[in-house]
Amino acid sequence: MKLLSRFSTIFVGDVQADRVVPPTGFTANLTIFSAAAMGFLAVFALALSLAAGRLADRWSNELARSSTLRISAPADQIDTQIAAALRVLETTPGVATARALSDDEQRALLEPFFGPDLPLETLPIPQLIEINETAQGYDPTGLRLRLAAEVPGAVLDDHTRWRKPLVRAASRLRLLGWTAFLLIGGAMAAMITLAAQSALAANTQVISVLRLVGAQDSYIAGAFVRRFTLRGFTGAAIGMVAGVIAVSLLPAAQDEGGFLTGLGFHGAHWLWPLLIPMIGGIVAFAATRAAARRKLKELP
Amino acid sequence: MIELENVAYSYGGGELLSEISVKLAPGSFHFLTGPSGAGKTTFMKLCYGALLPTAGHVRLFDQDVRLMDRDDIAFNRRRIGVVHQDCQFLDHLPVHENIALPLSVSGRDSLDEQANLKELVTWVGLKSRAGALPPELSGGERQRAALARAVIMSPDVVLADEPTGNVDWEMSQRLLQLLIELNRMGKTILIATHDLNLIRAAKSQVQARVLRIANRRVQLAGADL
Repeated sequence: MKLLSRFSTIFVGDVQADRVVPPTGFTANLTIFSAAAMGFLAVFALALSLAAGRLADRWSNELARSSTLRISAPADQIDTQIAAALRVLETTPGVATARALSDDEQRALLEPFFGPDLPLETLPIPQLIEINETAQGYDPTGLRLRLAAEVPGAVLDDHTRWRKPLVRAASRLRLLGWTAFLLIGGAMAAMITLAAQSALAANTQVISVLRLVGAQDSYIAGAFVRRFTLRGFTGAAIGMVAGVIAVSLLPAAQDEGGFLTGLGFHGAHWLWPLLIPMIGGIVAFAATRAAARRKLKELP
Repeated sequence: MIELENVAYSYGGGELLSEISVKLAPGSFHFLTGPSGAGKTTFMKLCYGALLPTAGHVRLFDQDVRLMDRDDIAFNRRRIGVVHQDCQFLDHLPVHENIALPLSVSGRDSLDEQANLKELVTWVGLKSRAGALPPELSGGERQRAALARAVIMSPDVVLADEPTGNVDWEMSQRLLQLLIELNRMGKTILIATHDLNLIRAAKSQVQARVLRIANRRVQLAGADL
């Protein structure tokens, strides 16, 4: 709470305390530029994380509640086996609905591979049954055993082998995005620390004068902390605005483009980048405060 | 007020000051003299807590400096005005802001204090130079500005390290008069100087004790001064 109060005074400020540290135009601009670059990259890291999160959720949800039963049988037995399979599924706890796909639906599934006008009736294509689960789901092992006994040509595919690697890949991508975000924050902290240490070292005479007239360490540190916090905040805000504009110019999400065209922000996610200047300010505040305290302890 | 008891100070393996026992009583006027490099500045720094003794005790206003934290030392420095030989200003701030610096760091920026600042700037004869930057001032003007900064908080003690080192005789007399005037207001004054003429001039106007540093020790100077 005390730290929060000190952070808020950064924006209210003490004009006289600010003036005791000489202005440094060039290094100030470098700090703002570096913070802006970090803010810009942070927007993309954030966009990547959020997009990967959406993808992981979509893949997980789309595949989690459905499975497919494939029935391969001679033509004269196929209808009997379909009927037997549907009976088994109707009495299986955890199965909400089950229905055999029509010829048109099966043709549509194969169309991307064989083109239109596929003579489905002349090909030994297995019959597919779409299964939708209840929220509790069914027991795939038990269902497989029952199907093996009553529908010998049936093969149950619960999509697990597809779903798991896809969800894992998306989750790792999300983790990668957040790791990049944290690394950007760490790099910004390191950059501000170096800049603050350099400023403190260049102003040892100022510090000596302030100590001579009775300034406490908190007063001296405050003059530097406020300056670097505002630079970090301003730079991160500029970078954030540039990053958001760049992300908004990315192509909109399309099925044909796959993952790459869905990299932007969706809905309330557009508000997330507003946190970046705040985080930039907090990182700069903490880094400068630590550097100033360390340096002031070193100085006589 | 400021008391040094069996104080020693060593630096870089060598002892600069040894067995020093001095007490600056309230309202007293002291000179500290000795050859260059004898340790006058070190002695002054010990007196305002800028250096800690390697042996013995330094007490500022009855508090041992070793037992003070950094904030305590900062608070005590507000009761001790210091004039350095090289003055030490913030060169990017005008003279009046440099003089007001002790008020700013202690959060005393009221209108009354601002009025006192104007009076003080006039008292040291810098009214027309108040807006100038420190590098634009002459040696004497810098010393007077440093003196004004040292006394703006109305400190109990004023320590002046070679305040007349870079000024002519006329200006050194003027600075001396300002310090004597402060002493008559009840301030404790300690002036480090190797200028014996200045000491003689002061002794004719004020009751001053003269301390001499020789062979790492401080002794009370004799009647030859």
